[in-house]
Amino acid sequence: MSEFNAVLRVRGLSKEHGSGESLVRAVDGVDLEVPTGQTLAVMGPSGCGKSTLLHLLGGLERPTRGETWLAGHRTDTAGERALARLRSRSVGFVFQAFHLIEELTAAENVELPALLAGRSARAARRRARLLLEQVGLADRSRHLPCELSGGQRQRVAMARALANEPLVLLADEPTGNLDTAATLDVLRLFQDLRGAGQTLVIVTHDERVAASADRLITMRDGRFVDDTQLAGSVGGLGGLAGWED
Amino acid sequence: MQDAILAMLAKEPAHGYDLGVRLRRALGPLGESMNAGQVYVTLGRLEKAGLVVHHRADGQPARPDRKVYELTEAGQRRVAAWLSELKLPKPDLVEFHLKVATASAGRLADPTELVAAQRHALRQRLHEVQRAVLGEPEGSTTGLLLEGIALRLQADLRWLDACDSVWANFENKSEEE
Ligand SMILES: Nc1ncnc2c1ncn2[C@@H]1O[C@H](COP(=O)(O)OP(=O)(O)OP(=O)(O)O)[C@@H](O)[C@H]1O
Ligand SMILES: [Mg+2]
Repeated sequence: MSEFNAVLRVRGLSKEHGSGESLVRAVDGVDLEVPTGQTLAVMGPSGCGKSTLLHLLGGLERPTRGETWLAGHRTDTAGERALARLRSRSVGFVFQAFHLIEELTAAENVELPALLAGRSARAARRRARLLLEQVGLADRSRHLPCELSGGQRQRVAMARALANEPLVLLADEPTGNLDTAATLDVLRLFQDLRGAGQTLVIVTHDERVAASADRLITMRDGRFVDDTQLAGSVGGLGGLAGWED
Repeated sequence: MQDAILAMLAKEPAHGYDLGVRLRRALGPLGESMNAGQVYVTLGRLEKAGLVVHHRADGQPARPDRKVYELTEAGQRRVAAWLSELKLPKPDLVEFHLKVATASAGRLADPTELVAAQRHALRQRLHEVQRAVLGEPEGSTTGLLLEGIALRLQADLRWLDACDSVWANFENKSEEE
C-alpha cells in the first residue's frame, strides 16, 4: 500500500502521559495504514488507548513519537494553523456524547463547520439541508438538540461531521449511548457512507458495530494485538439454515 | 424443514416447486444455498411416513415437479402439534466448553488460543450476518430472522470474553501448584 491511496498512515506512533512512576503509554509504537474507502473498527478494553489513537489520527493530539500522515500530508510536524486547517477540511469527528451545541438548531449545528471553513451562508445551508435529509432528519432541522432523541442527536452529529466532505470520518463509540434500534439506524448510515466510498474509523465496544466494518483491529495496552480483514465465513449464510435432512 | 413444509400444505395442496419458492422467500439469504432436490427428498420422506400424499396434475408428464402434494389426516395432526409445541433453543456451548476444558486439563492446547480462534470464526460469521441485516429493508421479516442470529452471535462473543479471563487465570493457577 503506498502512502498515496492510504488516507491515514502512521509509523511508530506513541503517546505518553506523565513521567517516571506515573508514565502511561496510551499508544505504544503502532503502525497503521487505512486505505481510501475502508471501514476500520477498533476494539479493546477500556483504557487501552483507542480514543487516544483516534485523536492522534485526526490531529487533535500530538504524538510523543512517531510520524503521522493525513491524505499524504505529514501532520505530526505541521504547525498549529496548518494542522487546524487540514483537520477542519479533511477530518470529521463523531463522539459518544454527540457534542452538539445546545443553543443551535440541528440545521445550524450542521451548517457551522462549513461556515467556519469559509463557505458562504447559502452554500452551508444547502449542504446542511442535504445532509439532514441523508440522515433522515429533514423534518427535525429546526429542533434544538434537547428536543431530539439520542439516536437523532447522533445522526445530527454525523451530518455535522460530514459538512466539509471529510476524507475520513473518525467516530469514538458513536453508538455507546444508543439502544439497539438507534444503533441500527447509525449503522445503516455508516453502510450508506461506506457504499459512497467514505473512509471510516470507528472505535467501539459493540461487536455488532465492529462486525459491520471491513477490518477489525484489537488493541491492548496501547498496542495492536490483532488485525483482521472481515470477509465472512466459509460456507456462507446458507449453512445457517441447517438442511441436515 | 419437515414441519415447515407440512405447515405450508395445511392451507391447500401445492407443487413441490412452489413449496421450494416459498421456503426460499421466507429464509432470504439463508435460503440461497437450498436446492429443489432437498424439498423433494423431504416430501418423499413425509410421504413414506404417511403424512402427505400426492397425485399428478392432470395430463402432465411424470416429472417430480408436476406432483401435487396434500396433507393426510395424520399430517394435519402433526401440523397442529408443531404449532402448539414449545421448543427451547439449544445453547450450543457444551462442546466448545468441553473442548477447552479437556485441552486445558490434558495440556493438549492453550485454552486462550482456542478461545481466540473461536472468536475469529464468530466475528467472520457475525460480519456476514450483520451485513445481511443492513442489506434488508426496515420491517423485513427475513431481516428479523437475521437480527435474531446476530444477537445470538453477539451473546456468544460476550461469553468468549468471559472465557478468556477465566481460562487464562485457571491455567496460571494450575501452573503455580
Ligand atoms: N490527559 C491524560 N493524562 C493522563 N493520562 C491519560 C490522559 N488521557 C488518557 N490517559 C490515559 O491513557 C490511557 C488510554 O486512554 P484512552 O482514553 O485512549 O482509552 P480508551 O481505550 O479510549 O478507553 P475507553 O474505552 O474507556 O474510552 C488510559 O490509561 C488513560 O488513563
Ligand atoms: Mg475512549
